[in-house]
Amino acid sequence: MNRLSRARRAVTLASAAAISLALAAPASAQETFKLGIVTFLSGPAADSFGVPARNGGTFVIDQLNKGGAPSPYEKVGFGGMKIEPIIIDENGGATKQVQELRNLYQRDNVDAVLGYISSGDCLAVAPIAEELKKMLVLMDCGTPRIFEEGKYNYVFRTAAHATMDNVGLIRYMKAKNVKMETLSAINQDYAWGQDSRADFVAAAGQLYPNAKLVTDLLPKFGAGQYGTEISALVSAGSDVVYSSLWGGDLQSFILQASPRGLPKRSQLVFSAADHVLPPLGDKMPDGTIIGARGAYGLMSQKSPLNDWFFKGYEGANGVYPVQAAYRMTQAILGLKAAVEKAMAKNGGKKPSTDELVAAMTGLEWQTPGGLVQMKLADGHQAIQSIGFGRTKYNPDLKRVDLVDIQYFPAECVNPPPGVKSLDWIRGGMQGAKCN
Amino acid sequence: MNKGMHPLVMIGLVGAVTLFGRLLPTWTLSLATIAAANALISLGIVVLARTGNISFGQGLFYAAGGYGVALIANGWGLTDAVAQVIIGAVCGGVLGLVIGPLIARYSGIFFGMLTLALSMVFYGALVKSTALGGSDGFNVGRPTLFGIGFSDPREADFMLYAVSVITTGLAGIAATILFRSEFGLASLAVRENNLRVEYLGLSANRIISLNFVIAAIFAGASGAFALMAQRHIDPQFAYWTTSGEFVFVAVLAGNQSVAAVFVASMALELVRSFSNLYLPNTWQLVLGVFLLGVILFLPRGIGSLWVRDRRRKSTPATASEGTTKKEVVL
Repeated sequence: MNRLSRARRAVTLASAAAISLALAAPASAQETFKLGIVTFLSGPAADSFGVPARNGGTFVIDQLNKGGAPSPYEKVGFGGMKIEPIIIDENGGATKQVQELRNLYQRDNVDAVLGYISSGDCLAVAPIAEELKKMLVLMDCGTPRIFEEGKYNYVFRTAAHATMDNVGLIRYMKAKNVKMETLSAINQDYAWGQDSRADFVAAAGQLYPNAKLVTDLLPKFGAGQYGTEISALVSAGSDVVYSSLWGGDLQSFILQASPRGLPKRSQLVFSAADHVLPPLGDKMPDGTIIGARGAYGLMSQKSPLNDWFFKGYEGANGVYPVQAAYRMTQAILGLKAAVEKAMAKNGGKKPSTDELVAAMTGLEWQTPGGLVQMKLADGHQAIQSIGFGRTKYNPDLKRVDLVDIQYFPAECVNPPPGVKSLDWIRGGMQGAKCN
Repeated sequence: MNKGMHPLVMIGLVGAVTLFGRLLPTWTLSLATIAAANALISLGIVVLARTGNISFGQGLFYAAGGYGVALIANGWGLTDAVAQVIIGAVCGGVLGLVIGPLIARYSGIFFGMLTLALSMVFYGALVKSTALGGSDGFNVGRPTLFGIGFSDPREADFMLYAVSVITTGLAGIAATILFRSEFGLASLAVRENNLRVEYLGLSANRIISLNFVIAAIFAGASGAFALMAQRHIDPQFAYWTTSGEFVFVAVLAGNQSVAAVFVASMALELVRSFSNLYLPNTWQLVLGVFLLGVILFLPRGIGSLWVRDRRRKSTPATASEGTTKKEVVL
């Protein structure tokens, strides 16, 4: 080994660095809208949420770029500008997401960033976008803390937060006269599980004031084995077993609980379980009450927009769309509506970030999952309606159908502006408009 | 002190790198800030590794520094960047002072596993603390410097870059001096044969404890930087994969050069970022191949790219590292 080859190696390294910098240089094109999309492509949330969201996003963007979407979204791309997506992986923790968000804005010069499924990531990236004064659309994450603890001008969330999942669930149980004198809960021991549990218990305290919480379990995230938990739940024998488990954890829980008779002893209620119906199939016990975090998937309501999306997605991916795909779609359509509203105002030019922000604030738009309204947090946080139903296996179609579906309007299950979610629930859900 | 650069030259170099930040595009600034913060904690691992012990739980001190700074910033409104670095370092150092002497009695895999276990205990406790936002963590405001707030994003990024590069640079210089000192050489001797060190009248436990505290101080300061750069903290700071990444930077850098730690850290961040951009579905694979490539072709780390010749005619203490024996690779 000598000096020469070391110098050569240094040159190779330097040129590799130069090439990567050159590749990173922004391509300037007038007629496109560069959209950074962040969703889980790896990790535990990829199969359940991240990849369906990605598939929903690519389907909708393809359709929009071809001008193939139904009214009122028939314009090509965003107001005539083709959408140029840059998709990156949300896996890797909040530190990485903050860095990647900066890279998207500052290096790749995207016009807006849309995505994020994990609440921790949403909380971490929101202040960064605000500081950089760049448009950020959060599409999914559950926690209400984002706008309840912070105030943002450049950040929007185009889906309702997790409060309605549990308030709606309790309202559904009450409407269907589900008996609940005793209640048990099993939730993952991290923010989503802890918060969902708190919301559900608080809402139950309002509508079922006599219900007693018997067994309250918090297994760790990704546990996979629930033998002892199921024993505890079976021996407790409470009327209702509530869970906010999702993905692989929920599938394992159901697969392990069914043979031990838990679904026969207790009414199972799951706040966000629609995404496990396709993989579980006939393993899903009939009569389980489930939510989908909106009027999504098999609970979606018929409309030309939903027919286009449901059938198109099913055709492209071989499986029907579930919650995350809907949420991605409603975020993209919302952004499209905002861009076109801003362009109508400024005479058809590509809108600046501030024009875009002004157009998005307080916006209302139609989506495959129904009407979305930016009503909370000064027009930055969406509310929407939600559906719940009971599972029933359909042997002809070889899929789990949902029966007994009931919808609750957005203002029935979401807190009014200016009230913190948990305070609203504990205060008796004042001002809810349920018709 | 007859080999290597004079500390004043190194200070000049740190100054030059800091000023170079004025020329860098904005996105590189925050990347470099994170890289410098990671380099600082990995430097601590290298310091500790010279005693023959690897800590797989530096995330513990990283998180302690981060949470300490975040809680003080939110509680008392203390936002000064330099003060935050000092708070982070103190938090890490105090914790290191408690844990170091207890853990110094163990060595090898037991040492590594205990550090890992302690960091995971802390992680578990943080996930359970809903008052601290549980697994979602919480946000803090932007840092200031000597009473000056920075509203322009580029200036704010440069300020952080400058503070982190200077701090990490000074830590690097201190480490270089430490490595050449009697204490630093005794640390190497502990790795070779701690019994003999004891017979020389030195306490091997004390040497390991002190190195452990130094590593903890670096980790705490690094946690403060990570917090300032991302304005958000969550228990992931203490998770074992976070700690593992720092060990990886240390492995990547090798223990021959302090500068290599910075180069390795920056290279890792760049590879991660670009692979995530161009290959969103397989970025972990790219990262893995990169790490594998370095291990296969540069088994003694990136530092061996430029340190090799000088070390061949170096002092007996470093010669015993085995650096003179193999010149075959590549």
